[in-house]
Order: sequence, then C-alpha cells, then structure tokens
Amino acid sequence: MSNEHIDDVSGISTTGHEWDGISELNNPLPRWWIITFYITIAWAIGYTIAYPAWPMLTSATKGVIGYSSRNDVKNELAAAEAAKGKFVAAVQSKTVWEIAADDALREFAVAAGGAAFKVNCVQCHGSGAQGSSGFPNLNDDDWLWGGNAEQIQQTITHGIRFASDPDTRVSEMPAFGEIITADQIKQVSAYVASLSGSVQDASLVEPGAKVFAENCVACHGDNAKGNKEFGAPDLTDAIWLYGPGEAAIASQVRGPKHGVMPAWVGRLGETKVKELAVYIHSLGGGE
Amino acid sequence: MLDNTQVERLEAEAVNSAKTRQPLYAARKKIFPKRASGSFRRFKWLVMAITLGIYYLTPWLRWDRGPFAPDQAVLVDLANRRFYFFFIEIWPQEFYYVAGLLVMAGIGLFLITSTVGRAWCGYTCPQTVWVDLFLVVERAIEGDRNARMKLDTGPWSARKLVLRVSKHAIWLIIAAATGGAWIFYFADAPTLIGEVFTGTAAPIAYITIAVLTATTYTFGGLMREQVCTYMCPWPRIQAAMLDENSLTVTYNDWRGEPRSRHAKKVQAAGQLVGDCVDCNACVAVCPMGIDIRDGQQLECITCALCIDACDGIMDKLGKERGLISYATLSDYNANMAVATAGGSRPVNPSLIRTADGAFSDALAHFHIRKIFRPRTFVYMGAWSAVGLMLLYSLLTRDRLEVNVLHDRNPQFVTLSDGSIRNGYTVKLLNMIPEPRTIVVTMKGLHGAEMSIVGIDLPADRSFAIPVEPDRLKMLKVFVRQPAGEVRGTAQTFKFRVEDKASFESDEYTATFNAPETVR
Repeated sequence: MSNEHIDDVSGISTTGHEWDGISELNNPLPRWWIITFYITIAWAIGYTIAYPAWPMLTSATKGVIGYSSRNDVKNELAAAEAAKGKFVAAVQSKTVWEIAADDALREFAVAAGGAAFKVNCVQCHGSGAQGSSGFPNLNDDDWLWGGNAEQIQQTITHGIRFASDPDTRVSEMPAFGEIITADQIKQVSAYVASLSGSVQDASLVEPGAKVFAENCVACHGDNAKGNKEFGAPDLTDAIWLYGPGEAAIASQVRGPKHGVMPAWVGRLGETKVKELAVYIHSLGGGE
Repeated sequence: MLDNTQVERLEAEAVNSAKTRQPLYAARKKIFPKRASGSFRRFKWLVMAITLGIYYLTPWLRWDRGPFAPDQAVLVDLANRRFYFFFIEIWPQEFYYVAGLLVMAGIGLFLITSTVGRAWCGYTCPQTVWVDLFLVVERAIEGDRNARMKLDTGPWSARKLVLRVSKHAIWLIIAAATGGAWIFYFADAPTLIGEVFTGTAAPIAYITIAVLTATTYTFGGLMREQVCTYMCPWPRIQAAMLDENSLTVTYNDWRGEPRSRHAKKVQAAGQLVGDCVDCNACVAVCPMGIDIRDGQQLECITCALCIDACDGIMDKLGKERGLISYATLSDYNANMAVATAGGSRPVNPSLIRTADGAFSDALAHFHIRKIFRPRTFVYMGAWSAVGLMLLYSLLTRDRLEVNVLHDRNPQFVTLSDGSIRNGYTVKLLNMIPEPRTIVVTMKGLHGAEMSIVGIDLPADRSFAIPVEPDRLKMLKVFVRQPAGEVRGTAQTFKFRVEDKASFESDEYTATFNAPETVR
C-alpha cells in the first residue's frame, strides 16, 4: 500500500482512519480467532444444508435431515396426550363421585374441565363462571337443578329445555299475566320479595301470600323453597337469576323468561362432561 | 560464588518484544516455560494444591441434614430447585444470596488488585492453575525448556511420537477428570459416579463432561496464555484497578541498568554497569512468554516466577535479591529519581549505592502501611458491608412463609343466605427439611370463617395443616362472611401462619371484597 501509515510508538501500521487525532492500529486478529471465524462460517453453511433455511418461491428448503418444528410440536403434543392417557382412562371408567374423591384424579379433572369451560361455557356463564342476569352463577350454593356432581353432570350432558335431546331438563312456568289480575301480580310479588327482605308496601304481603298459596306452591313449595325436580328456584334466598326486587319479580310472574342450555354430550363426549362437572363442583358451591 | 560471566545465558526472547512483534494473525509463538524454583514457586504449588483440592473434593463432603434432605455438603439440586451449602439451604427466591456473593467476589477482586496487583490472575485463576498443572505434565514427559524446544523443532521420530501421544493422553485424562468433577456438584456424587461408569447417567451429564473436557484441554493445554491475552477482559480492566501504591511485579531498572553480559569487561573499560546480567532467566520461566524488563504490560499475570528466577541468579552472583520484585509505582519512581539524579541523566548504578557497595539510604522500600489507604478502606468497607448484610439476612431469614393470591374472577360470590364468599390460594412454605404442622389462622374480618378445599372439617377461623418437609403446600381457601357483618366493599384481614413447636410465624395481609349492596 502506498499510503500506509506507521504508528511511531508501536511501529504498527494504522488503518488510515482518524478521528479527532486518534487513529486505529491495524492489529490483525490472532490466528486461532480467524480459524474460529472460518469454522462458524462452515458451520453456518452446514446448518443451512441440514436444516430448513433458504426461502424459495413457495416454501423454504427442507433441509437434508428432515427436521421440522411442526413435527416437534406434533410429537410433543402426542407425548402430552400419552402422559394424560392414564388419567383420561380413569376419568372415563369412573363416576364423578369417584373422581371427586381421588385427589390426583380430581386435580386432573379440575384442570381439564377448567380448560374446556374456557372454550365452551364462558360465552354464557362468564370467564369466572360468575354468570349474569339470566345465566346462573356457578360459584354460589344455589342450584336450580341440583348442585351435586352427578346432577351437574346430568345438566351438562342433556342441557336444559334443549328440544332435540329427549332427556333434557324441562320445566315451564306459565305466564301469569293471562291468569291472574295485575293487582294480584303486585301482591304476590310483594309477598315473594318479603321472604328475603323488606318491601315498600307491607299491606300487599298478606293478600300476596294468598295468591301464592293458590297459584305457586305446586312448583315452588309451601314455604317457597323451590323444587329442584322442576328447576323451580328457591324464592327465599338472596340469589335472583333475573334480578332482585319487586319489579323484577313481577315481570317474571307476568311473562317468565326461560333460559335454554344445549346438551353438551354430543359435542364434548362423556369424559369431557365429567371433567366439566367435577370442575364446576369444585368452584365452591358444590353440594 | 560465581562470577557473572559464568552464569549461562539462556536463548530466550519475549514473544511481544517491540523489535520482533509479528502481526497477530501469524501463528502463535510457542512458549516453553522453564521450571522455576523459589519461594513464589513453592507458594504457587501450595495454592495449586489447595484450589485443585477444593474443586475435586468438595462434592464428596457429607453433611447430615436429617432423613428429608440430601446429605451432600455442597449440592446444586436443579431438579428440586434447591441449593445446599453446608448448613445453608437456599430456595430459588433467595437467590440474592448468590448475587450478594458475586458482588463480594467483585469488590474482593478490586481490593486484592488495588493492593497486590493481579494476584488473582497469577495464583488462583483456574486458567493459571490448570495451565500450571498441564505444564507439570509436559515437563515430566518431555523434559524442561531446552529439551522441549529441541523436541519441538526436531523431526518426527518414534520417541517424539510416544512423548507427544502420552502428553496429550494425560492432558485429556486430566481434562476429563476436571469435567467429570463438575457434574458431582449437581447430583449425589457417590450415586452419580456409579451411574457415569456404568453408562446409566443422564445424557446431560455426559454432554457436560464432554464440553468441559474439550474446554479444559483446549484452554489449559493448547491455548494457554492466549486465553489470558485475548479472551479475558481482566487485563484491560486492571489499568483502572492499579494505582501508584499497588504492588506489582517490577523490574527495578534503577539498579539493573545498564544491563550487561560482560560486566567485568565493561567495567574495566570504565563504563557503568548495573546488576542485570542479561541472562534472560526471567524470560525463560515466564508462562506468558514476556520480558518483564519491558515494564508493566497487559500480558503479565504477575505470577512472580521471574522474581524466583532472578533471585536465584542474584544469589549465585552474590548480589542482593530483588532486582525483579514486588514494588509499587511510587517506590519505583522514587528510586528511579535517585538513580537518575532526578531524571537528569541515564540510570547510574553508582548513585544508589554507598561507597562500600551497600544500597543508599535514599532508596524507598515498600512499607505495609501503603496497603492501608482510602481506596482500600472503601473497598474493604463495601466488601464487609455486603458481607455483614448477607450474614444478618441469613441469620434472621424466615424458614416459614405464607403467600396469598386473592381470586380475581369472580372477586366475590353472593351465597343463598346473602353471605359473601371470597376465594384465596394460600401457599405455605415450609423451608426446613422436617415435616411441620402449620396453624393457619384468620385475624380480623369479624364474623367470617374459612373452609379449605380437601379438608372435611366444619368452617372455622383456624386450621392445623400438616406440611411436608422442605415443600410448598398450596391450599384453596374459601372465606365466608355473613351479610350482616360486611363492612364496606374492601376489608383487610390477615392470614397468620404459625409453627407452634418453634414459635416461627408469618403473616399476610389480604383483602376481602364485597358488592356495594349486601342484602
């Protein structure tokens, strides 16, 4: 090089670059370093031959050893399925009671049921199973159709008022707006509200009790405690599916709403339903 | 007593000497360190024995921790995420103890470097210790410096082949033993050694041995000083660590120069001559292949072998030891000023000696006081402060803890009788290797009671929970407060956990949520 600069102090040539009077010594790299660098290049070439690497028009080169991250995932999923196998088999062969009584099995079922709940149930019951108006809260201890694990399993399996399942849970409260007078509706609503709290006009309670005895006890019972055979709610407690208060009660007496829940066994299979039942039973309100 | 012309001059030259410095991409110049002997060499043998002993033997020490914990004194149990060090057991969340030790190691390195230079590099760095060990093997098989140089330049012969193969074979055995010893820190050593030799150990054990064998062999046998010079950052950092009062290995050219191989002849010619007879003994023993007489340089690991070599020569010549010595820059500068009459002349050996040949009183000597200076006090203070904090925290740390997670979805549930229920995940940490019964009690939240999933007991404000040794126990707890007792949408209360046997306890303040209107 004609324009080579030699540093006075060290006697080493510089790169010719200078910044604020500081120039860079052209110290070449140690040979072992250079060799390591060449090895990494060779490694990279080998790697791109062995593994999928080069992007082509429609896909990338496949690599000669046939590695694919999708296969890895597939294998890992298969391994996870295999690991779950004995639990799934146990859930399949046992009743929900037996599953709930076995610590390890219950833990598995709660986890699996929780996952299934997040996919299939949250749309109506909410992500925390907390429900909303018209959709029951599954955390509490009030159950329309019974809250033991077997009853929950039955409800999930066949659904509620789900026409295409012959074994579905069915009940229908008549629309009393066409049966009793508007005053009677007011009275009975006041009576029902009084069972769990205070009412605005106490004078309506006594005639309301009479209306209740004539029209409602068949399903809701003499003491208004409800009947799980018909999914008739307990009217004395603090939990109101369609909201608390006389107005909400009157509306439900006049023209009741009836929630529908699909039968899930056809879609999820018995095992999944059992897992869901155990999960819901574990939320804290199970009987 | 020898005359200085009788001291053999060794053919040795610094690999980085300015005259002959080659471009670095040229092949590494081979270094054939000569065996040194002297007090520093003896000290290095001792340090080598101790450090290698610690490394190889530690995993085999036993420490009784009872039936529920491993009995290996030092064990990094990755599978169970526990670290055992004699009487100390560390859980993953207590990893700050390890971080604290690393901080102490860092400050300790500053302290040592600012007082005695790169003592870490010269004596205790694994690279130095293993290179030393590999050199022992090399000398035992191929002979000392001259024999090795001859063998290296000589043609291939049956003898050379045998020597080379046996040297590398022994190096590989040492390397494999080094890699092999490492894995015993991570599993029960007596069990693992059986598994390793019967081929039943985990693949990762063999991979670890293979990787560490390769690195030990390459770094200790093949690359040696290149690791220190090119791969290690410490030589670059040392400049910031050393000051004028740090002891470093120094060639005292104020008494050595002008060096001469023919002192008598030169003296007879009426010229000045220093103590250095230019015998190159210091260069020949240097494991870094440098010439200390070129001054302090980044390649120097201050192993002090050149001091031993030079002292040996000085003894033979009947001169004072210490031509190469541990010295501070300030002492060196002071003595240089004496020898050069304040820098006005070249080094003149007569200026440092009295008429009868003894050293002049004007010369500075190292005094132990120089170690105690503000800088070292700051390092020492910081080092001790971190150490004391770690010790205090270790002695007072909890071995029983409770952590609570409040259910967020839903935050509360109204039950049929109007009462409000909140769910909590309560984690009990029993951090000792003994089973314990932990009493979990609610404090505050009037009228509320709890029930625990999986425990078939009526709701209560206190439960006794058996917890396995050295384990975390997770409880799903439902707390229920009657409607009439609810005071506001967010009430605080405490989960208190207590070991009645040891009186250890811990508390966690939790929140109880309720709707705005309760029946």
